[in-house]
Amino acid sequence: MALSCLALMMAGLTAYGLLAGADFGGGFWDLTAGGARRGGGVRGMIKRSMSPVWEANHVWLIFVLVIFWTAFPKAFGSVTSTLYVPLFGAVVGIVLRGAAFALRGEAATIGETRAFGAVFALSSLVTPFFMGAALGGIASGRVPVGNAAGDPISSWVNPTSLLVGALAVATGAYLSAVFLAGDSHRAELPDMVTAFKRRALGAGAVAGLLTLGGLAVLKSDAPRLFDGLISGAGLAAAVVSGLAGAATLALVWLGRFFLARFTAALAVVGVTAGWAFAQRPDLLPGALTLDQAAAGDATLSALLVAMAGGLVLLVPSLWLLYSLVLHGRLDQSSEPLDERVRS
Amino acid sequence: MIDLGLLAQVTGGLGDPGPQPDLLEARQMQALSLAVHIPLVCFGIAFPAMILFLEGLWLRTGDPVYKALAKRWSKVTLILFAVGVVTGTVLSFEFGLLWPNFTATFGEVFGLGFVLEGFSFFIEAIFIAIYVYGWDRLKPRLHFLCGIPVVITGVTGSLTVIAVNGWMNNPTGFDVVDGKVTNVRPWEALFNDFLAHEFVHMYIAGYLVTGFIVAGVYARAWLKGRRDRYHRIALVVPLTIAALAAPVQIVVGDWAARTVADRQPVKLAAFEGLADTKTGAEFTLGGVYVDGKLKYGIPVPKLLSLLADHDPNGEVAGLNSVPKKDQPPVNVVHFSFQLMVAIGTALAGLAVVYLFTWWRRRRLPRSKWFYRAVVAAGPLAVVALIAGWITTEVGRQPWVVYEVMRTPQAVTSADGLEVGYAFLVVLYAALGAAVVWLLRRLTRHPPQAGPEAPGDSG
Repeated sequence: MALSCLALMMAGLTAYGLLAGADFGGGFWDLTAGGARRGGGVRGMIKRSMSPVWEANHVWLIFVLVIFWTAFPKAFGSVTSTLYVPLFGAVVGIVLRGAAFALRGEAATIGETRAFGAVFALSSLVTPFFMGAALGGIASGRVPVGNAAGDPISSWVNPTSLLVGALAVATGAYLSAVFLAGDSHRAELPDMVTAFKRRALGAGAVAGLLTLGGLAVLKSDAPRLFDGLISGAGLAAAVVSGLAGAATLALVWLGRFFLARFTAALAVVGVTAGWAFAQRPDLLPGALTLDQAAAGDATLSALLVAMAGGLVLLVPSLWLLYSLVLHGRLDQSSEPLDERVRS
Repeated sequence: MIDLGLLAQVTGGLGDPGPQPDLLEARQMQALSLAVHIPLVCFGIAFPAMILFLEGLWLRTGDPVYKALAKRWSKVTLILFAVGVVTGTVLSFEFGLLWPNFTATFGEVFGLGFVLEGFSFFIEAIFIAIYVYGWDRLKPRLHFLCGIPVVITGVTGSLTVIAVNGWMNNPTGFDVVDGKVTNVRPWEALFNDFLAHEFVHMYIAGYLVTGFIVAGVYARAWLKGRRDRYHRIALVVPLTIAALAAPVQIVVGDWAARTVADRQPVKLAAFEGLADTKTGAEFTLGGVYVDGKLKYGIPVPKLLSLLADHDPNGEVAGLNSVPKKDQPPVNVVHFSFQLMVAIGTALAGLAVVYLFTWWRRRRLPRSKWFYRAVVAAGPLAVVALIAGWITTEVGRQPWVVYEVMRTPQAVTSADGLEVGYAFLVVLYAALGAAVVWLLRRLTRHPPQAGPEAPGDSG
């Protein structure tokens, strides 16, 4: 049962990385879009794609947290108390990102739009970095069991953390560009298709290179994780991820954006699954195994029952949302963000 | 009961409490985060129902004013929901960032409530998006139906979170053996004896706060002479709902207080500043608790026994029925409790004036003072809400889990929380200012009753 709960948690994390990660990536492209007039089109398109879904995408994080503390309470307390600096940073980023994005929707002048937009974009960059850094601290075995027992700084300022943080930003940007190219294609905006296609290819290349280069970092900084990734199920997942990532690049190149969404998703699944496999049987590497970390059977079974019941309601709801979105039923007209407030 | 509890205290799941340099900062960060989030929860509980009510009227009558108002309010909902999402996320993180030993020890007991809340919240987020972005894009009836899950999940979400708060006050669903939590029964913990009254009290508070704040916005417009049909409906709907809820809240509050008197007598003694156990206890208006006595208050003989026991000669336990180290800080609790009761009573009085005028004269009150009172009622309702939560949360001290785990045992050993606290204060001040500023702009320009331009709803 502990394994089922872990699988659910990792599934939640994957969904968060994929969906919310892409929303953070949207912030990255918003940040780098250039001046108000030149970047207005890109920014308008990002806003249009994110508006109806970003809140639902964000909820996956809440999901991961509540499963974490219910099923693995001791690990949760150890992780959050040791990694409090990056996690607090991520929380501040989440507040600023969400609030600034929602408020920018009501901005009436170019000045207001710019101010909220800058906050939105910067926090979209900072948040995934901090989260990635925290995960890197866990994966490289820097979180001992106990109340703030680990080092508050080196637990997240270390080669693995920096690598995972950078990867989180790059992957988000990549996913976002792939999805946005697809959305632009559906909205019949050829300029935007070209713009996001170029970004997708560039970010995909960066993310791929970071991953390959990162293996060298892991080999020296987190050898146990590295060994797990080059053998058995860990290796299989890593290979799937790499192939799916490459396939996504090819599909984007060919303009097959709808299919590219799914291969991009597969690439992210490969990363989280590979990480989980590589770290077996530990939840906190070197400190706590999955079985040691697990709550009692009564809690785990209650959790699984609640999850099963909840998913029966959630899956059709999500299906409804995404089918409405992907069929353009909730589409806003896409107008360059600067023109929206000028008119 | 009290003695049993003391025997059953735990050592934390992360070991005995280590150094805890920043307990005070942790408590204040938690209090600030809750104070920001809870008013938003009220809107989550009550506002979607009000909006659907208007949309239902539109579907029945075809009157575009109802639709314009429903649309306008749903736009406000979207902003408030977004802010609620992020401030709620802060609270989730704080379970680990501030109280790691609480969560490490009891996460397996209370976590189930939050799993269910997670689903509620998820479905709420999905259908709010469909509802708000679906105006004029979905068929009217389907659009209305998509609002119903928002109403339901707004209620179930707060229900499950309150279940956890009820559990902290009335911890059940586990045993403590040798300081370790065992034999966990998560469903029993979820359905604890404090769930019912806490939930009903908060649910009605949601309608009071939302109703009076929204009514207050339009009462201001009314005072400025904007009295067309749009503004009249916008005033009457929330005001009527709040006016119906206000008197009911007094009855529910009595139920809650009696449950506390029965199960947490020391907390009730702190509400009242009652030092020693006595029969025929007096209710003291105001007063400051100094050196183990309540001074400078106005005593009303036997009223406390009457309220707590429904018997003027009933026995009420005093603070000194437990050692000093097990008593909550009295003045904060006593003042908050009295403030909540005073505001609640005043709001009920305002409600009676309104309902009476409507019932006898079939019209709105004419006095300018009535509308000024409605303008004030919104912020006052928020003050009462926060005061109520301070009453129950500070009244629970020194326990985080009543009579099982002390708050200092729960807190993080990490240092430097002052920095985080300062960040949070600045962040929330900026957030509050930005939200108020935008919402004011939204109410300043009433929309045309016709269909709005596409893209206007985002």
